[in-house]
Parts: sequence; structure tokens; C-alpha cells
Amino acid sequence: MSLLHLENISRVFGKLVALQNVALEMNEGELYSVIGPNGAGKTTLFNLISGFFPASTGEIWFDGVQVNKFTPERRVALGLVRTFQITEIFPELSVFENIRIGVEAQMGCSAHPWPGRKLLQQINRRVEELLKITSLEAQADRTVSELAHGDQRVVEVTMALSRKPKLLLLDEPTAGMGRAETHHMVNIIRVLHEQQKISILFIEHDMDIVFGLAHRITVLNYGQVLATGTPKEIAANPRVQAAYLGEAA
Amino acid sequence: MSKRAYVNIVIWALLLTVPAWLPLIGGYTALASRILIFALCTMGLNLLLGFTGVMSFGQAAYFGLGGYGAGLILVHLTSNMWIAVIVGTLAGGIAAVVLGPILMNRRGIYFAMITVAIGQIFYFVAARWDSFTGGQDGLTGFSRMPLHFGSITVNLTAVPFYYFVLFFFAIGAAAVAMLLNSPLGHTFVAIRENRRRAAFLGIHVERYIWASFGIAGFLCGLAGALNALQNNFISPMDLYWVASGNFVIMAVLGGMRSFWGPLVGSIIFIGFQDYVSSIFPNNWETFIGALFIIVVLFFPNGVLGIIRRKAKVA
Repeated sequence: MSLLHLENISRVFGKLVALQNVALEMNEGELYSVIGPNGAGKTTLFNLISGFFPASTGEIWFDGVQVNKFTPERRVALGLVRTFQITEIFPELSVFENIRIGVEAQMGCSAHPWPGRKLLQQINRRVEELLKITSLEAQADRTVSELAHGDQRVVEVTMALSRKPKLLLLDEPTAGMGRAETHHMVNIIRVLHEQQKISILFIEHDMDIVFGLAHRITVLNYGQVLATGTPKEIAANPRVQAAYLGEAA
Repeated sequence: MSKRAYVNIVIWALLLTVPAWLPLIGGYTALASRILIFALCTMGLNLLLGFTGVMSFGQAAYFGLGGYGAGLILVHLTSNMWIAVIVGTLAGGIAAVVLGPILMNRRGIYFAMITVAIGQIFYFVAARWDSFTGGQDGLTGFSRMPLHFGSITVNLTAVPFYYFVLFFFAIGAAAVAMLLNSPLGHTFVAIRENRRRAAFLGIHVERYIWASFGIAGFLCGLAGALNALQNNFISPMDLYWVASGNFVIMAVLGGMRSFWGPLVGSIIFIGFQDYVSSIFPNNWETFIGALFIIVVLFFPNGVLGIIRRKAKVA
């Protein structure tokens, strides 16, 4: 059974057709990339999958459940967790406190007003574990707004990880990063996929990363699926080359 | 011992000994009771304003309801002070819990305007319903009753009443402190910091805003009940939007991000009101206004924000 199944989904904003009849099938355990020129509808696609706004038509199936009408919160509870193109974190809190919010939500105790020592220890232990996975231990006590951009994005990914995603949606995880930071993020994505066994769907502009990581790729152009296939198939596809290099090529 | 624990011990020691030292610097005990009462309500407001990040400009509604709840019980039903305080607290808290769903989906200025509108509705009801609330003249006909502890009877003159207020202030402050260190408090702060991120971590933001609003209502109701007992009188002006604005001013003056900010803000505001109004009875508010502008412009984190920044540099 596929983990994520999009059936002819469309999204219209007034007269603008942002996505038209997009179909996508992703299996459990896959590292899957969505690429396409600017304005192709990649982030809109993520917004539909994560429930940021509803699809105009079509069906979204996640893990065997039709989630079209589900709120974002409910989708997260099912294991569908995302990051954003522009980093969304809790700026005035420390790295540790940022991750703790996710951990408490995952443990179902966000509303607990007087926790016992045992619960607090359990929460803190889980936060430490997560910080270790993404190598943030040394930064734990720093305020995230003071961190470098790359580290802030790692914090966001770690927060998403705290919700134990079955499917992690990463919207341009390396956007705005330098070489070293990009390398670090790519390693983290590998760790999440290989060691944490998380299926990952990511949007990315850096083709080296896409072709280095993805098992399969879907190319969007003007809101429609241009091609889907393995990196090899996509690289050899003349329509994809045309979309990226212009019609003249 | 951590610096924080040290600060807490000093603050509580000072609060416990107020009747001994306040007269030496020209104050009087009833003034301290008033400061604690307003600080308690501002702590409730600050849970919303400083920690959950939603702007309530209508907390006077729950403060006033607490007052009328306590006063009406004393007028009509019982002379038991404890019951009066409990009923007042429940009046403010239950009203906030019931009204919360109207507010919890609103954002920013819309949230603020609805809190003001609700407050004004309560104000007009209290001001017009002469037979029940005393209308514009306010509610009278009750006064502080003695407390009975077994065979001991305590008359609530100024000093014993201060400790009566301090007892409830301590309960309220301890509850807020515990809350802020709990997952629930963490979740409130997460909503202040970034609603979108919170929602996409699976947190039902609206429900938590409701919870925060309800808790604030109980604290403001408790403060309002104590205020009625302090004055042996309640005015519909306690429900008026200007009263709500004063709580906001206190929170901002003291420092919205600080636990003790509301107490500091209340000391400054009530202190100013008392001292400056004895010199300039008609325009003391001008001075508060000027102070408020200075704080907002130059010290957005309030008085405690200045101290904290100094401490960081040093």
C-alpha cells in the first residue's frame, strides 16, 4: 500500500490555477523529491498535503486514510509532519525549549498543568535523544534566534522529528545555506531516512542534492506534473530538459 | 542557591513584612493590599498578554464580575468571607470559560476588540440594573466580616486584611508559577512565539487560547472579589474599559515577559496614583501616560526588562 496517494488534486486561487490534476504515489520508505521551476506549484502542493489550505478538487490519501477534510493538527497526529520554506521556529526560546514543545505534543501532555518529576524527566530525556540525532547538543541552551540560519533549519527539522513522522515533508531544506551547512543538512536527511526509517518527501532546487538523495522524482511545471520517474529517467527526459533550459533547448 | 530563588525569597520576605516597613517610607498597609490585588489581576492578564501572546483589553469584565459576585453574596446570602471570595473567583472564571469560544478563533486586533465589547456589555448591565447592582452608584450594603478560626475571631482591619489578601495572592502567584513551568505553560509560550509552527506540531491553538483565557478569568475574578472587600464597595467603573486599560498599562510597565512584571507594574501604577494624585489630584494620569510612553518607546520589556538587560551586560 502506498503511504501517500494524491488523486487528481487541483487548487485554484481566484483565476489562477496553481495546481491542476496532480497525481502522485509515494511508497513507504522512499526518499522522494518534487522539483520544478519557480512558481510551478511545489509549495502549494505541500500546503495541500499538510492541510494548510484545502484542495479545490481531488483526493489526498495518507496511510490508507482520506485526509482531505482533516485539520493540520489531525494530520500531524497521523504522522504527516512538515517544515516550511521560510523557517518556522519559536524564536525567543532556546533550542531545548523548541524541541520540548514538539516532544510534549507527541507525548500528549501539552495541556498538563502540574507534571510530576517522572514526566518531566521523561520529556527531557526524549529531547536529549532528539538533539543527539541531529547533533544539536552543544547548542541546546542557546536562543534559536541567535543561531546561524543553517542551525535554525536543523532545529525546525528536529522539531518535526519530535512528532515521530511517518512522512516528513521538507520544503527546501537547504534554502539559503552555505556549502558546509548544506552538507550537514544532507547528512541529517540521510540519517532520518536510513536510521530513523522515515519516509521523506522534499522540495529542492539544488539538483546535486536531488539526484544524490532521491529514489524517485516528480517534476512540476505550471501546476501540472511534467514527469515522474527515477533520477536517471528524469535526467534523460527531453521535456524536463526543455522546462528547465527553456523551449529553445 | 540560584539567583532566581534568591530573588524570590527576597520578594516574599518583603511582602510578608510590609506592615513593618511600608509606613517607614511613607506608605500605608491598605495601599499594599491594593497593589497586591491589582498585581494579581495583572498576572492573570499577563498570562494572556505576555505568555500566550493574545491581547485582551477587557480583563476588567472578570475583575468586576468577581467584585459583584463577592459583594452580592455578602449582601444577600452569607457573611462568610471565604465563600464570598470563592463565589467571586468562580463568577469571573466561569464567565471567561463560557465566553472563551467566542474569542479563541480571533486574532490580533479582532480578539482585542471583542474582549473590549464583552467588557462594555457587562459594564452597561451593572450600570443600568439599579435594583440588583446599585446601578451607577455602585453596590453597597456589605462590609468586611470577621474571620473565625475556632474560638479565635479576627477583625479584618487594615493589617489582618493585608494578610488575607497576601494569602490569596500567594495562591494565585504559585499557581501561575507552576503553570509556567508545566507543559501547559510551555504550550502557551509556543503559541505566543509562533502560532503556525505550533499548529503544525499538532497543537490545537484555539483550545489553548481558551484555556489561557479561562485561567486568566479565575485570577481576575479572585482579584476583583478581594477588591470589593478592600473597598466595601463596587463601582460599575471597575468593569469599564478604562479599568481594563489600566491593567494593560501595569503589565507593560512592569514587563510582560517577566513573572514579577505585573507586581512591579502594579507598584509603579498604584504608587504613582497614590503619591502623584495627592499633589496633582486632577491630572496624575498625565504622568502615568508620560511614563507609559517612555517605557514603551525605550524599554519595551518594561522595568524588569531594563534590570535584566543590565544583569546580562554585567
